[in-house]
Amino acid sequence: MTESTDIAEGAEQPRLRVFLVDDHAMFRAGVRAELGVHVEVVGEASTVAEAINRIAVTLPDVVLLDVHMPDGGGRAVLDAMRRTHPAIRFLALSVSDAAEDVIGLIRAGARGYVTKTISPDELTAAIRRVADGDAVFSPRLAGFVLDAFAARPDVPVADPELDQLTNREREVLRLLARGYAYKEIAKELFISIKTVETHVSNVLRKLQMSNRYELSRWAADRRLV
Amino acid sequence: MSTAIEPRLYRARHHRMVAGVAAGISEHLGIPVIRVRVAFVVLLGLSGLGLLLYAAFWAVVPVRPGETGEPPRRDLLQLMPFVAIGLGVLVIQLMVFGRTGVTGTAGWLVAIIAVGAGVIWHQSTPERRRQWSETMPVPWLGAVLEESDRRAFVLRFIGGGLLVAVGVVGVAAVYSPQADFDAVANGVIFALVGLAGVGVVAAPVLWRMFNQLRTEREGRIREQERAELAAMVHDQVLHTLALIQRNAADVKTVQRLARGQERSLRSWLYKPTGSPTERFAAALEQAAAEVEDTFAISVETVVVGDRETDERIAALVAAAREALVNAARHAKVETVSLYAEVEPEQVSVFVRDRGAGFDPTTVEDHRHGVRGSIIGRMDRHGGRAEIRSSPGDGTEVRLFMPIRESTGSGREW
Repeated sequence: MTESTDIAEGAEQPRLRVFLVDDHAMFRAGVRAELGVHVEVVGEASTVAEAINRIAVTLPDVVLLDVHMPDGGGRAVLDAMRRTHPAIRFLALSVSDAAEDVIGLIRAGARGYVTKTISPDELTAAIRRVADGDAVFSPRLAGFVLDAFAARPDVPVADPELDQLTNREREVLRLLARGYAYKEIAKELFISIKTVETHVSNVLRKLQMSNRYELSRWAADRRLV
Repeated sequence: MSTAIEPRLYRARHHRMVAGVAAGISEHLGIPVIRVRVAFVVLLGLSGLGLLLYAAFWAVVPVRPGETGEPPRRDLLQLMPFVAIGLGVLVIQLMVFGRTGVTGTAGWLVAIIAVGAGVIWHQSTPERRRQWSETMPVPWLGAVLEESDRRAFVLRFIGGGLLVAVGVVGVAAVYSPQADFDAVANGVIFALVGLAGVGVVAAPVLWRMFNQLRTEREGRIREQERAELAAMVHDQVLHTLALIQRNAADVKTVQRLARGQERSLRSWLYKPTGSPTERFAAALEQAAAEVEDTFAISVETVVVGDRETDERIAALVAAAREALVNAARHAKVETVSLYAEVEPEQVSVFVRDRGAGFDPTTVEDHRHGVRGSIIGRMDRHGGRAEIRSSPGDGTEVRLFMPIRESTGSGREW
């Protein structure tokens, strides 16, 4: 596996097919202009219904998904597409980094979550990583996940293997939250980058499959809902 | 017996309330159906003429051709007001043509209440009724006032009517010539029962008034929130945008302004609580914000967990702030990561940059930034500071502060 944070290497790979979903035309134009060099933007949509139709036709590798849109937002697109098109990867791209938005999108099936202040290079790297099957965790997202799992250490869970993070996964998340890149984490923990990616993917899987009851409790505790 | 009085007069079953007679007549004559219905009800007063007329029309007027299908369900709810009015009119008729005297007074009372209740009912529209019942605070109250549910409605109507009737009969009994003390007491009780009946009948109207007041108040609150938002946008966002336009050439200034504005909007939207003097997370975020504003860098802040501050936590925040300032001054980077975690036994803070870095062993003794403000301060308060750095590979300052329950004890850590 190539080091996906490195853009110079990534540029030699086949161009990824990317679809943009955002209700702000200005923002779509900006992203298209910035990404056009590195990836192929195969389509864009400004509404949930349009997105569902066009994604099913164009079948992109990665969908960049806005969180807040009329008619249900990115969540609605994810709910509609995930079962019918499991091969398409979704990367949430939002101006909001509120915990409930981030965790909600990840639980719905997005493979990563980045905010709109991200630099074009970082965005390209994130798209490539998502397309390769990895998760993209921003430091803030790692912090939310730690918060969600660590806040109640004594609560008994129905399926501990599913709902609890292992110590190693927790360590990886902590380093992510501290601003470390995957390769820096690998160096710090004396493991391979591949192992780091596995840990992160496991976290993502647990996050998606943890039961709804706990999430709602977590959100209610923080008065998020 | 199907000879029509007038070939073009049909019963309009689509708008029927009983058999569509009134609706048919109103369509034929071009007058509002309500007038026809009221006329029938009033004619009821003339020895039941209205009822006879209606029956006659029903018998001889055919249903409009083409309306052979299943007619729509009757809206019994709509029928009720007319039943009430009819009852009142019948009682009035009884009073006018029948006996007079004490029982006459009671009869008038019944008649007026019945007519009034019917009119009120008729004027309260179904939408409003639904609105009331949806906003009902207590379920049983909703059941009493609920008018879309036919059973509850009938129950309420019969109950209210009965109470009124019993109350009136009681008053009549009190005024009768054979009155004695018991009768007076009974009369009072009956009068109260009567009042309760009126109350049940009048409840929807009272509720409507109450509800309207509430809606008005809610509207005012919404308006206030909107005004507050508008004021915030005006004071902060518009001014920031104006400043950005005037400083468009100065990238650093524009970035600083945009970042500050983004932060303030975010905290306004997502973080309504937390005072920097009381909570650790808020204090740390405030320190990061100050550094962002002063040095025009961005601090990526992640805080997991939160707790109250004490003097040790305050020292930790101050040390973290110093580490941020150092990173902003010397690392020559745009972004610094700040991560803090509150665990049951300790609070840890990590400040990391990917900048120039330095060799910690060569830091001179007189450099107070690192030795005094970070390491020394942490030591004095029972904490620990580690600095990891190498030239070219960035710097990470790690701060650990153990938590103990009573902060005033002299125990050393």
